[in-house]
Amino acid sequence: MIAVEFILSGMLAAATPFLLAALGELVGERAGVLNLGVEGLMALGAAVAFIIVYHGGGHALAFAGAGLAGALLSLLFAFAALGLQANQVAAGLAIGILGQGLSALFGKTYESLTVKGLPKLSVPGLADLPVVGGLFVQDPVVWLSLAATPAIWATFAFTKTGLLLRAVGENPKAAHSIGYPVIAIRVAAVAFGGLMSGFAGAYAATVYTPLWADGMIAGRGWIALALVVFGTWLTLRIFWGACLFGAVSLAGLAAQAGGVELPSQLLASMPYLVTIVVLGVISSNRRLLKLNGVASLGEPFKP
Amino acid sequence: MAAPLLSLRGISKRYGEVRANQAVDIDVAPRSIHAILGENGAGKSTLMKLIYGVETPDSGEMLWQGVPLKLASPAAARRRGIGMVFQHFSLFETLTVIENIRLVVPGQTRALIARIRELGTEFGLEVDPHAHVHELSVGERQRVEIIRCLMTDPKLLILDEPTSVLPPQSVDKLFDTLLRLRDGGVSVLFISHKLEEIRAICDRATILSAGKVTGHVDPREHDAHDLARMMIGRDMPEPPPRTPSEPGETMLELIGLTYTPDDPFGMPLKDVALTLRAGEILGIAGISGNGQAELSELISGEIRLPFENREQVQMMGEPVGHLGPAERRQLGFAFVPEDRLGRGAVQGMSLARNSLLTAHPLGLVRHGLIAMAQATEFTRRCIADHDVRTSGAEAEASGLSGGNLQKFIVGREMMLAPKLFFLAQPTWGVDIGAATAIRQKLVALRNEGVAILVISEEIDELFDICDRIQVLSQGRLSPSLETRETRPEDIGRYMIGAGAAA
Repeated sequence: MIAVEFILSGMLAAATPFLLAALGELVGERAGVLNLGVEGLMALGAAVAFIIVYHGGGHALAFAGAGLAGALLSLLFAFAALGLQANQVAAGLAIGILGQGLSALFGKTYESLTVKGLPKLSVPGLADLPVVGGLFVQDPVVWLSLAATPAIWATFAFTKTGLLLRAVGENPKAAHSIGYPVIAIRVAAVAFGGLMSGFAGAYAATVYTPLWADGMIAGRGWIALALVVFGTWLTLRIFWGACLFGAVSLAGLAAQAGGVELPSQLLASMPYLVTIVVLGVISSNRRLLKLNGVASLGEPFKP
Repeated sequence: MAAPLLSLRGISKRYGEVRANQAVDIDVAPRSIHAILGENGAGKSTLMKLIYGVETPDSGEMLWQGVPLKLASPAAARRRGIGMVFQHFSLFETLTVIENIRLVVPGQTRALIARIRELGTEFGLEVDPHAHVHELSVGERQRVEIIRCLMTDPKLLILDEPTSVLPPQSVDKLFDTLLRLRDGGVSVLFISHKLEEIRAICDRATILSAGKVTGHVDPREHDAHDLARMMIGRDMPEPPPRTPSEPGETMLELIGLTYTPDDPFGMPLKDVALTLRAGEILGIAGISGNGQAELSELISGEIRLPFENREQVQMMGEPVGHLGPAERRQLGFAFVPEDRLGRGAVQGMSLARNSLLTAHPLGLVRHGLIAMAQATEFTRRCIADHDVRTSGAEAEASGLSGGNLQKFIVGREMMLAPKLFFLAQPTWGVDIGAATAIRQKLVALRNEGVAILVISEEIDELFDICDRIQVLSQGRLSPSLETRETRPEDIGRYMIGAGAAA
């Protein structure tokens, strides 16, 4: 029972870095751009945010700085992949490596230093419930990313902006022929993805584990990418995928604490395995993939 | 003629070495249905892209109601009142009709839906605003495109080959819509290569040949021969003569072929039956999307049936439903797929290497190694025998025009000396010269006793070469119709699924 409480109360915070990065990547991919640099964008955001908080800039400024850094670096990707029509896979990988390098460079003198995280806000009444009460005690960023999920879902479902992003991703030629600036729309989508990745990195480094260590993003960016694909480009599935990942990683910790005799490497790899298997099974429905998949994903478009 | 709505003066556009348009002059009058007539590759589509702002001309001037017109984008063209319906529609398949329209037309969804319904009744363009585009037939998609244009209140509507995707009955309906639009004050630029259509509906015609204007005429005052001479420099070629022949053994038989594709956008086939014998050409008429792709892949072997259903497809008297393409080819089957670049040939490879793809059993491979000399020799023969205009066997497939590449692919398959020859859309996007050459070769092959199956959207083509025609509509195949005793309207009735009642 204690393990369940532990998982429920920590799951959303553990999921938040994935959720933020995956939502950003979702917007870019829906517009037809595959940005594989998420890991590096998160790393850069993490370093920028940590430095700002460490020097007393506060979390709001830290998130703004991290988001801006992520957006700027992703614009460099956009320049190569959309402006020069470079191969998106290669450009994304290159930008990812650049981001990780910059992160290591900026963070070099901050190794092993810590900062103060954020206080938690609880929902009055609900927070006192037995077992599930922990779900309603979260830091403000978790609450904001919980709000971002339906907001992005509704943007795709109901707004002209969402319609335009989907249109550009499905058939850029047709979008161009009816007069939409395909490249500009894609650049904006990519910049939004960079912004969200920067936020995700900032959350990981200054709220979730407010301690600087080089390489602290530890593959979270790649999982975020996998969540988008296995979530079949559907906002709510990506949310559940991120929650699942958070829950399973906490379950591993709970199991270790409870004295379960399993190699720690296996426990550490469980969240990756479980998430991929579950989402893999869900996304094996070809009909769903065909209906929600992005037809022009990764293909360069020349107007 | 009243002051022109749109004038082009000396418009030129080139792509690399190709001069798509050279010094084109056109005047489009208000309230006119103006034809742009020319064969494939004459530069019609390029010209329309220039008028609609998709491309910008290299030189020349456009005047819109007497004022110089410079268009930076299609959006700018739409603001001036120019709308365009593309040949390959610019619709988004995963979105609904209303979503597609909202992308172009501002306004509240509810008001837009009311307007869609209103235009639908006024111009005979009924369509369900909430349907997903991928569920619609091609004719319905065209209606959506036209409605989308009309909702921006255009003064000029450009239609690129609008009838090529419609059954004959729907063509009449489209013409009725266009006439109503003209009477409502809209001018129409109507692009086509079909002479009779232009004579039926257009009051002006500009004829393009190899990028240049070769005539401005009133099409109602000229017969098809005159128009053809202006378009291709000579009369339309006569259909190839078919010698009467006694059909031989059955080479292909489909018995109760039923198949449901995995693809949610695919068309299931229901109880398809046909019999094709040596020495005859059987045509499958119908609009693409009615099961053509599925039927073609089931015959070629790209889709295999489960072993217990293998009898549903029989070639040379053997059940082959469970066999793959290579095994079917070994029995004497040859196949020309509908997409030249991708399935018929590999674009980045030389013609000699493309020969290897299907002709490898003819000694082009020895001990598992490519016999390049033989492959080149084979390719040279194919180029010479089938009049493929190219620099030689080393030319890349992507460097050939559509017509020449198609002649090469058809030639390659014919050199395999098939007993059963299957072609899907053999003359799609091919110039008249190459199309005629291909049709003549097919008839000659038939006269030699080969069994030939042709899937085509071009009804005229099927009437020219086929002994019998069957119509594929909504995944069902009509009974066999003798070409001699059938009129295009009969085919059309089956195309819209009302065959039996006729």
